[in-house]
Amino acid sequence: MFDDSLTDEQRVLRDAAREFCQRRVVPRAEQFDHDGAIPDDVFSEMAQLGYFGLRVPESYGGMDCDPIAYTLVIEEFARACAGLAITISVQNALVCGAIKNHGTEDQKKAWLPQLVDGALSAYALTEPGAGTDAGSLRASARRSGNEYILNGEKCFVTNASLAKFIVVFASTDLDAGSKGISAFVVASDTAGIGIGKPERKLGLRASDTRSISFCDARVPAGSRLGEEGAGYKIALSQLAHGRLGVAAQALGIGEAAFAAARQYARERKQFGRPIAEFQAIAFKLADMRIKLDASRLLLDRAVRLQAADKPFAREAAEAKVFASESANWVANEALQIHGGYGYMVEYPVERYFRDARVTTIYEGTSEAQRIVISRAILSQ
Amino acid sequence: MDTHSDFNPALYEMLRQRQLLSLLCPAEYGGPAYDTLSYAVVVEELSRICGSTGITVAAANSLGVAPIDMFGSPEQKQRVLPGVGTQGHVVVFGLTEPEAGSDAAGTKTTGVRDGDKWVINGSKCFITNGHFAEWIICTAVTQPGIGARGISSFLLHKSTPGFSVGKKEKKLGLRGSDTSTLHFDNVRLPADAMLGPDGNGFRQFMQTLDAGRISIGAMALGLAQGAYEIAVKYARQRVQFGRPIADFQAIQFKLADMATQIEASRHLVYHAAFLKDSGQPYARQSAMAKLHASETGRFCADTAIQVLGGYGLLAENRVERHWRDVKLCEIGEGTSEIQRIVIARHLLRESAGLLESETEA
Repeated sequence: MFDDSLTDEQRVLRDAAREFCQRRVVPRAEQFDHDGAIPDDVFSEMAQLGYFGLRVPESYGGMDCDPIAYTLVIEEFARACAGLAITISVQNALVCGAIKNHGTEDQKKAWLPQLVDGALSAYALTEPGAGTDAGSLRASARRSGNEYILNGEKCFVTNASLAKFIVVFASTDLDAGSKGISAFVVASDTAGIGIGKPERKLGLRASDTRSISFCDARVPAGSRLGEEGAGYKIALSQLAHGRLGVAAQALGIGEAAFAAARQYARERKQFGRPIAEFQAIAFKLADMRIKLDASRLLLDRAVRLQAADKPFAREAAEAKVFASESANWVANEALQIHGGYGYMVEYPVERYFRDARVTTIYEGTSEAQRIVISRAILSQ
Repeated sequence: MDTHSDFNPALYEMLRQRQLLSLLCPAEYGGPAYDTLSYAVVVEELSRICGSTGITVAAANSLGVAPIDMFGSPEQKQRVLPGVGTQGHVVVFGLTEPEAGSDAAGTKTTGVRDGDKWVINGSKCFITNGHFAEWIICTAVTQPGIGARGISSFLLHKSTPGFSVGKKEKKLGLRGSDTSTLHFDNVRLPADAMLGPDGNGFRQFMQTLDAGRISIGAMALGLAQGAYEIAVKYARQRVQFGRPIADFQAIQFKLADMATQIEASRHLVYHAAFLKDSGQPYARQSAMAKLHASETGRFCADTAIQVLGGYGLLAENRVERHWRDVKLCEIGEGTSEIQRIVIARHLLRESAGLLESETEA
């Protein structure tokens, strides 16, 4: 993911994303944060440019990007607006990925082209009582003839009110624990599905986050993704992919914060000189650069393993932990470099600081990632 | 208050009635005359629940009452402090300017003599309690070209023609606290508006900040404590994997680290307050207290959010507000970088004697 290791095609895709973001996102990112929403015109333009089917094969209308190009695109969006980046990441890595990897041919044909065209989607896994312990979820799916009846409540669902399709994880056998979980792709306008009010969040305010309730929602049997009881495995395998998206998002936020801090340090004069000339400030910038480069290297390693179809779960976890914790550290130092101005809303750095915070929490907390990593290294 | 970025008027009234805005005001002017340690504890307890309330009280006292008490003439004190002590009048400290942040000596506001008057021109930014001010202390250059020694302090009433309070800033945190710009447009002040002698301004605000640091340390300490309490309560009741998450070592260690840091910060803050109250030098210790407590504050708020997981990011849980609020403690009244400069200066001065005696041996 360093420029000199990219193919021309990867560079073109990265640069196109960067140009789009500079033109259409950066000038409005503060407004998106303030409004707690991204307007439809941005989404429709992005759909036309292929951003909602980046990893979908061409036979379903997608861009069929390789994982490295995809990761670079996520990073570019995150530099401009982290809330927009997660919208794309959920769509591509979690939803399209789940359908692509676990759906039947009929299911892929039914759903993927619509998603590529701009139908947004959501991934409803987490529940009030099932966060890190996702396997203990209580949403149920009872088979009834040619349908399943869904009941339960999901929370913290990204894109909840924008989604046309929702991937739902519900148990078809509550006594079997995580082995009883099944995955479904349901239409959001199904009767019995209720979308909650928007959560008021610390960061990623441009991203729509709500609860979704299922009250005797009847979905066709053909909505089930994969076999009964295979849902938890599907969830975990897609999360490994999603992890890379979050790592890329964190990296993007960190890079944006770093760039802002470097510019400010060059321009701001105190004691008769740019503050970048003070060792304390220069060393902060140096440490930021080290952490961001190391994040990029870890992400690059994981993405290349994924691209080569090799196991990459541990490497993805390492990249996610490091990139997200680094992004938080970098954003904090970037705000500190801005001094009082960093605390004011008119400078973007406080938004980077707030947006970075969630990256050590969602799609698997840093603690959950450390469990994944330690288990992997202790089983060797 | 955080949602609407407004200090609740009923709360403000309560603070006034309980004399929380005038804790440091001497008894002879009707004030509660709290000692530094008691005052610090009040700021800490307020901040445990609400950083905006904590800073409103801290600024009103350390940056308002204290400089008047330290540098005012008997006549100036008589003019200002009875209103402070009995009616909760607020005094604000106009030091910072767009070009004079950490480099406070880079003040550009001017004070020019015109007959028997001083004419003040300039503006100040990031001033806490600006919209509540009854009285304003502001620094201005009265002798240009000689740096810090040319800065003086002035005291004026809010009704003085030419003085105005500008826009309220929208901030990351402490949204209930009023942060504004102050404008001085040909403000004409009588000779007795100067606080202390000509050219004494720099030394005054250095001393004011040395003492004010203790209150910001106390504020950060309170915010840290509040965040920690939220975390430990959540860890005990949140069940995942069939048990409270407080059963997991990773969570236990986070709680242990938070509590240890808070305890260390508390010792530093209270000790600095004690030194000041007992008339001993305290400037190095107050810088250390602010530095340590503010970094503890950020660590605790941050760790508390992590313990709460997704819930930690929701506005309905106080902890994300504490996280936004406490960040300012590393910046206002001297950034952590400035604190390190101040501490290092003291250390190098104090250690000069040490090195000499070692070489002798």
